[in-house]
Amino acid sequence: MEHSLNTEKRPIFFKAAGLIGVIALIASFAGLAFDSKHTLYSILHGGLFWISVGLGALGFTMIHHVVGARWSIVFRRHMENMSVAMIPLAALLAATLILGLKEIFIWADAAHVLHDELLQKKQAYLNPGFFALRAFIYVGCWALIAGTLRKKSLQSDQAHQVADNEGLVAFSAPMILLYAITVTFAAFDWMMSLDPHWYSTIFGVYFFSGALVAFFASLILLSLLLRFFGILDRVITVEHYHDLGKLLFAFTCFWAFIAFSQYMLIWYGNIPEETIWYKHRWEGSWKYMSLFLAGGHFVFPFLALIPRASKRNVLVLGLMAVWMLVMHWVDLYWLIFPNLDHHGVHFSWTDLTASVGFGAVFVAAFWNLAKKHDLLPSKDPFLEQSIHHINH
Amino acid sequence: MAKPYCILASFDSPAALIQAAEKTRDAGYKHFDCYSPFPIHGMDAAMGLKRSPLGLIAAGGAFGGLATAALMQWWMSAVDYPLVLSGKPFFSYQAFVPIAFELTILGAALAAVFGMFALNQMPQYHHPVFESDKLLKTSSDNGFVLAIESSDPAFSTDGVEQFMKDLGAAQIEHVAQEEEGEHV
Repeated sequence: MEHSLNTEKRPIFFKAAGLIGVIALIASFAGLAFDSKHTLYSILHGGLFWISVGLGALGFTMIHHVVGARWSIVFRRHMENMSVAMIPLAALLAATLILGLKEIFIWADAAHVLHDELLQKKQAYLNPGFFALRAFIYVGCWALIAGTLRKKSLQSDQAHQVADNEGLVAFSAPMILLYAITVTFAAFDWMMSLDPHWYSTIFGVYFFSGALVAFFASLILLSLLLRFFGILDRVITVEHYHDLGKLLFAFTCFWAFIAFSQYMLIWYGNIPEETIWYKHRWEGSWKYMSLFLAGGHFVFPFLALIPRASKRNVLVLGLMAVWMLVMHWVDLYWLIFPNLDHHGVHFSWTDLTASVGFGAVFVAAFWNLAKKHDLLPSKDPFLEQSIHHINH
Repeated sequence: MAKPYCILASFDSPAALIQAAEKTRDAGYKHFDCYSPFPIHGMDAAMGLKRSPLGLIAAGGAFGGLATAALMQWWMSAVDYPLVLSGKPFFSYQAFVPIAFELTILGAALAAVFGMFALNQMPQYHHPVFESDKLLKTSSDNGFVLAIESSDPAFSTDGVEQFMKDLGAAQIEHVAQEEEGEHV
């Protein structure tokens, strides 16, 4: 049994990931020469997809500390590494958005705003300088929180016997507030303001709910992958997979709850400036994607993940994790791309390269963080309890 | 000697009781039970108990609640008393979702609670094992007690007593059959 990646059994594709990522990202940015607007949308979509995995990890790490969770200690180092691995992606995406601001956001286009009274009123918030400042604050806060949590955790590995988690708990509690505000406003700025006339106060929570689904799915797949290589295979047991399955199920339901809450209020209110957003997602082939999203992101996983057996069977759970990651990809696509063309779905090769590029860079960054240190917080006083965790 | 209601054996530790339960299960006894001051992990498997069907009962309650909500709202809004509300169709499933959601949960919760009552044969005000004078009382303090009931097809007083001694029971107690009318 291995507790560290620093062994002979280094999965080759982890090493190859960095190269693939750089090539795919260069290809994506080359797409700017062909269809700059669609390419920027692809980069936004692919970037946010992987950033949301890291943001989910960051949020769950803090919840883990604040509630004093013990079962999830075996995942703690994974979560910390995922959170930090997300930071370069967020920085790259924020920089791209700031540079391509006029191309992607109509509120940044002075010629457009000139004829749009509503956008003139929103200039106080939606203007390039403030947008850039906010993006800097979001990425800075995430880097600070993720970096500090990982640093404190690594320091505790050096403790002589056991390390208490007081410092991590005290740090996490206020940072959850900062996290909630930055994630909410990042979702507002980077996705909702693509359609600057439309607004939904629940939009940030919607993004957060999808991010946690993507995070739990990724954590299941990461653990299974390492298990395949015989790493932590006897530490992370079926009991832990069962719990991750429960959380995957719970946040799938939470996503549906939030998605429907947003939809129903707008449907009931029936105010044109709000309903237009759903109208755009009901035109042409977008209608089929809307239906696919409702069925694939909620109805099917809800029924498939209910039985205890499907959460305790790692093959079924692994397949469901892949499925939920695909659905999260579709969910973000459905949020972002109708703003480009609401008459129908038009995929481009840059949609693929951007997602693969950011993903491969994320994997490479994770690998570089993970290989240098122990994969378990070895001095955590409750590590032993976490390993022998049992569901009742 | 009259056939007792059951024979009790006490053990010193939870681990000993688990072992005793496993051996009792493997010896083919069906009507037996374990009494302990607190729940013991792994006891269900040691006793050979099957998974409770409570989950299926709760699922039945959930779908019952869902069907009730769907039918009720369809009948009220689209059949019995159709009203035009903000220009929406009579059958507006969007508006039905919150009530369907609530009734699904209510159905599941009620089925889970009352299903649990039914599976545990509650309420039950008396049980013949309460006739025990000494050992059963220890099971609410520091005793770990195994009971093999005489209704078991494999039961014989001497056989069970010998079996319990072989299990390493600290103490053994016969619990007499209740006499008719003793408890009013």
